[in-house]
Amino acid sequence: MSDLLKYDLLGASEAIKSKEISSVELTNAYIEAIEKTSSLGAYLEIVKDKALEMAKVSDENISKGVSRPLEGLPIGVKDMFCTKDIKTTASSKILDNFYPTYESTVTQNLWNDGAVMLGKLSCDEFAMGSSNETAAKGNVINPWLKHKKMSPGGSSGGSAAAVAARSALAATGTDTGGSIRQPAAFCGITGLKPTYGRCSRWGIVAFSSSLDQAGPLTRTVSDAALMLNSMASYDKKDSTSANLDMPDLMSYLGNSIKGKKIGIPKEYTQDGISDDIVNFYQKSINWLKEAGAEIIPVSLPHTKYALPVYYIIAPAEASSNLARYDGVRFGQRKEASSLDDMYETTRGEGFGDEVKRRIMIGTYVLSSGYYDAYYLKAQKVRRLIKEDFENVFKKVDYILTPSTPTTSFELGKKQDPLTMYLNDIFTVPASLAGLPGISLPIGLDKLGLPIGIQLIANAFDEPGLISTAHVLEKSADFNFIADGAAK
Amino acid sequence: MSNKKSIVDIPTVNKIARLSRLDIPEKNKQSLTNDLNNILGFVANLEEVDTSNVEPLASVTGHKLPLRSDIVTDGNMEDLVLKNAPESSSGFFVVPKVIE
Repeated sequence: MSDLLKYDLLGASEAIKSKEISSVELTNAYIEAIEKTSSLGAYLEIVKDKALEMAKVSDENISKGVSRPLEGLPIGVKDMFCTKDIKTTASSKILDNFYPTYESTVTQNLWNDGAVMLGKLSCDEFAMGSSNETAAKGNVINPWLKHKKMSPGGSSGGSAAAVAARSALAATGTDTGGSIRQPAAFCGITGLKPTYGRCSRWGIVAFSSSLDQAGPLTRTVSDAALMLNSMASYDKKDSTSANLDMPDLMSYLGNSIKGKKIGIPKEYTQDGISDDIVNFYQKSINWLKEAGAEIIPVSLPHTKYALPVYYIIAPAEASSNLARYDGVRFGQRKEASSLDDMYETTRGEGFGDEVKRRIMIGTYVLSSGYYDAYYLKAQKVRRLIKEDFENVFKKVDYILTPSTPTTSFELGKKQDPLTMYLNDIFTVPASLAGLPGISLPIGLDKLGLPIGIQLIANAFDEPGLISTAHVLEKSADFNFIADGAAK
Repeated sequence: MSNKKSIVDIPTVNKIARLSRLDIPEKNKQSLTNDLNNILGFVANLEEVDTSNVEPLASVTGHKLPLRSDIVTDGNMEDLVLKNAPESSSGFFVVPKVIE
């Protein structure tokens, strides 16, 4: 059985197509792996019967000579994606009884392409967090140094932990300020946030609509290319969806990066970044140089304002988006004698502390008298941050940065909200500029925890991002498996 | 990193909580006020950026919002619309009495 878990997404796809293995066999192996690794708490909902039903359809297709791009491949879904008739909670108490009557565009795309659904994965509540600790149903444990109970990162912590623990072949995530890339870095896997507009936001529980973007969490860069091919699409149901064809990302694997220019921003080597990460950052620069790329020092002068901008804009949009949880149309309701009291008790009891903090901040920065000083100011600085990137991309093709300032930390250790926010210091700037970024594992620190490196590309250059990341992946040759992974 | 200056006090927090329709237990108000002051103090360093000739950025894609004809695109989904309602009756969402 364990041999089946060795395949990555691409390898499993080839093995299914050549009838070496069946999707039902593979899906059963993953269901068993989910049970074996249940102590990690990655899954909120397991849909065993549905998975096997989908796997059977895939096997029938293969026997008929039909094979869709993800035929028979079992994957997990972050609980931010609405899945028809399958409980979708965004890890929040307020949605504990929510069964969507529709399917998100991204997950529908995956099922249309033959993927098999294993279940729903935990995340920070409404994707607000960087450690998965704000999830209503409790912590997810990082499969690396499992006995130490480290954070898988967040908000896509369940997705990253499941892929690293081999209880999902791949998983979907969403990234608003780093929620795919940071957990991917913490769990030693690959996470790709596409350009804003690449993946439809329709049917994804909204957090910050000008930033939210779906993407894949996978074992390899090739797997990310394969999965994003299916996830991305133009969607009339999302007014910010980009009406641009995504080139077949698989055809960009193995391309040379000779002569490509890689920017190294001086603002990303700040105090507080761990020595091991600095060392591997330098190694990555050398690997790219050896592969024929030209290394160019660049400056993104407004980098230090990215987190303050983010912590105005994201809460502002969240306070507006989360107004829909009113106890009237869906979700939990706490009865009270008046309508206003019902709203307040429903929301007071249904939302966790971090979500409440962000709604409060958002309401404050949008309130009369403070709007210009906070919200409008943040929108202006956001433009300067975007212009920084535009200027740098006149000189270079890609930007290389660490994914996170530190490797994973122990669950329960970081209590101060502001300290937690600093986790996303390297991922937030690209989010604010709407640019695609990928984090891939490049080594282990002294404790044995994974280190991630981030590549950022210009808008809609996912093909080049994949080529460059693939080169880096080969040089890093990261082939460690988490000790807490299913055997 | 955190700015110790107090930006919001408990009465302001009460007002924001009311605007946010959030019931905040009395015992949590002081720590929430402290958290909000830390966060607002942190974001306040944007003041030092000169933005006098900068237009606010609301959309990174720069594309125009698409329009469609103002016609009905679906319908007859009353059951689905009401399916997740905590309380519904005769095709309506039910809320606590608002008129005496």
